[in-house]
Amino acid sequence: MIRPDAPILLEITNLHAQIDDQPILHGVNLTIRAGEIHALMGRNGSGKSTLSKVLAGHPAYTVTEGSVRFEGEDLLALSPEERARRGVFLGFQYPVEIPGVSNLEFLRVATNARRQQLGDDELDTFSFEDLVRERLGVVQMDPAFLDRSVNEGFSGGEKKRNEILQMALLNPRVAILDETDSGLDIDALRIVAGGVCQLAGPNNATLLITHYQRLLEAITPDFVHVMAAGRLLRTGGKELALELEERGYDWVDEELAAPRPASPVEAR
Amino acid sequence: MPTLSPLPPTARAPRGHDWLTALLKATAGPGGAAGSGADPLEAGREGARAALAHAGLPGRNHEAWRFTDPLPLTALAPHLLASPASAAPDQPSPLPAATGSTLRIHLDAPDTHARAAWPDGIERLEGEALRKAVLGSVLTDTGVEQEWAVALNTAIVPRVLALRVCGTVAPCLELVSQAGARGGVLPLRVLLLLEEGASLTLLQVHLAEGPSLTSVVMDIALGRDARLQHGLVARGVDEAALLAVTAVRQAAGSRWSQTSLCSGWGLARQEPVVLQSEGRADTRLRGLHWLEGHQLADTHSRMRFAGPEGSLDQLHKVVAAGESRSVFNGCVQVPRDAQRTHASQLSRGLLLSDRARIDTKPELEIVADDVRCTHGATISRPREEQLFYLRSRGIAAEQASRLLLRGVCEEVSAELPAAAGAWSPLSFLNAASQRP
Repeated sequence: MIRPDAPILLEITNLHAQIDDQPILHGVNLTIRAGEIHALMGRNGSGKSTLSKVLAGHPAYTVTEGSVRFEGEDLLALSPEERARRGVFLGFQYPVEIPGVSNLEFLRVATNARRQQLGDDELDTFSFEDLVRERLGVVQMDPAFLDRSVNEGFSGGEKKRNEILQMALLNPRVAILDETDSGLDIDALRIVAGGVCQLAGPNNATLLITHYQRLLEAITPDFVHVMAAGRLLRTGGKELALELEERGYDWVDEELAAPRPASPVEAR
Repeated sequence: MPTLSPLPPTARAPRGHDWLTALLKATAGPGGAAGSGADPLEAGREGARAALAHAGLPGRNHEAWRFTDPLPLTALAPHLLASPASAAPDQPSPLPAATGSTLRIHLDAPDTHARAAWPDGIERLEGEALRKAVLGSVLTDTGVEQEWAVALNTAIVPRVLALRVCGTVAPCLELVSQAGARGGVLPLRVLLLLEEGASLTLLQVHLAEGPSLTSVVMDIALGRDARLQHGLVARGVDEAALLAVTAVRQAAGSRWSQTSLCSGWGLARQEPVVLQSEGRADTRLRGLHWLEGHQLADTHSRMRFAGPEGSLDQLHKVVAAGESRSVFNGCVQVPRDAQRTHASQLSRGLLLSDRARIDTKPELEIVADDVRCTHGATISRPREEQLFYLRSRGIAAEQASRLLLRGVCEEVSAELPAAAGAWSPLSFLNAASQRP
């Protein structure tokens, strides 16, 4: 939902970042307002996942230039946990397995950290169980997964459902979903996409990172960005995703080979 | 493993001579270990005392003690721990209440054993019955009788608690010792005979809060198809030491499952030694050592399959912080007769500091050719990706570390008998915070 007067949630300006002295992001510009759904597409290695990790505060990445403001605040000055508590959520492409840590306990501690930030009361074990059972419906997840260790032995689809369950519990302002569709069969994709659509509202925003049009058939984006060589090469509406599906990414190489235009492509 | 006899003769006094001499003197004669009459341990005691006096403390030339120097023991008072009643100011901390489903026996208060309300299926053996009950035969069969930790115990332990178990015993048997803050040596000896088809849940708890040595030898024989679920919770302090030997002989069809959690001791050494005398038995070992500061923990396990189709499933974990040190030596012997043995051994170490050290050594001696034996050893750092995942959900770094460590420990603690919950077996996690 595009509302030009909606408040800006995330404003990325000329973002450069590197890992192990290897520059990956070369000046990303992106503005996301409340209510919007953005899709970020591009080939492997174009910097999509790096952008998501930099936004979430992964310690392995260093920002060398540029800024990110989240609801007007300097996001880069915050620790990963502070970003999450303020409402930045990263759905992992490869959710991490944590043997021995109960999924239910993990979800409760995370939910309470966010609730504390929002000024809500912390939930005790019983109230939390009520809440989590209700939210399980969003992703049609079997309650048995609550009793297992975090993501341990989960199938690819179960892990992604668990990510969206966390999103449903944490109620983020900006959700960055890194290839949430990868490794999902048709049914799981429908369920996960349905969950994301349910959670999208006028006061939050979603940045979907994906390779494929099929996720965007289930979740209609307001903007589609194409990323290449660590920057956003082109921005358009949902038709851009269809165009990519038809034409592939070869044009990206041509565009990258061509001299940079005087004024860089501005992403909204 | 070393024995006392083959030490080369030396002109110098044995290591720890003064301390050992004082300890042996303090435990001789009336009131000490020796000479208390009608004593089932008497036969082995004099030999052990002589061997100990001759050999002294093991040093680096003993392979099994190469990384673990027992010399710090000589800083302890060389006498038996005074009974709690005679040292009122040093009363140990109160224990958690025993529940209705447990029978608690204080190993360090032997006068209470005769009065204990032993449940159906458990019989306490004394006098003639004890002498007939193959006392010490498991130690001989498993080959640990001559080993230093056993010889020390045999030399000074004043009595043995011997129990025969028949049928299925409903309550969990808790065997508890509490060295408290007192200084000295607390030797404990238990003989446990599970008759054919018997089934028992046992929780062994050893606590220490001061400069003491708890020396415990468990001598366990499992009859055919017997089942023993065995938990061990040992919690000490930097000044305290623990030497725990558990010798187990398993007949065919029996199952011994031991889960042990050990934390806090300045020096802790555990030696589970198992003999599957006929094969076709199950052995399951789960162990966790939690180490901080300058603590040292050593596990020397030995498993011997004397017949075919036996199984071993062993997981040994250690979490080492500070400048602590962990030693694991897991020996598995599969002789020619032990065909179709299925043994798996895994040792997993987690280093929380650059200055901590883990030495781990699987030792597989496999002669039989139709066997499935695996072993593995990993030593790792806390995984950054796990930490980031938790932090990305709003969980502070320190709390995330604690959650991860709890996860590491719970893989083992989850297998303790239910009664262990009352002893807060993971209480060390509450004090632990993220370390450099």
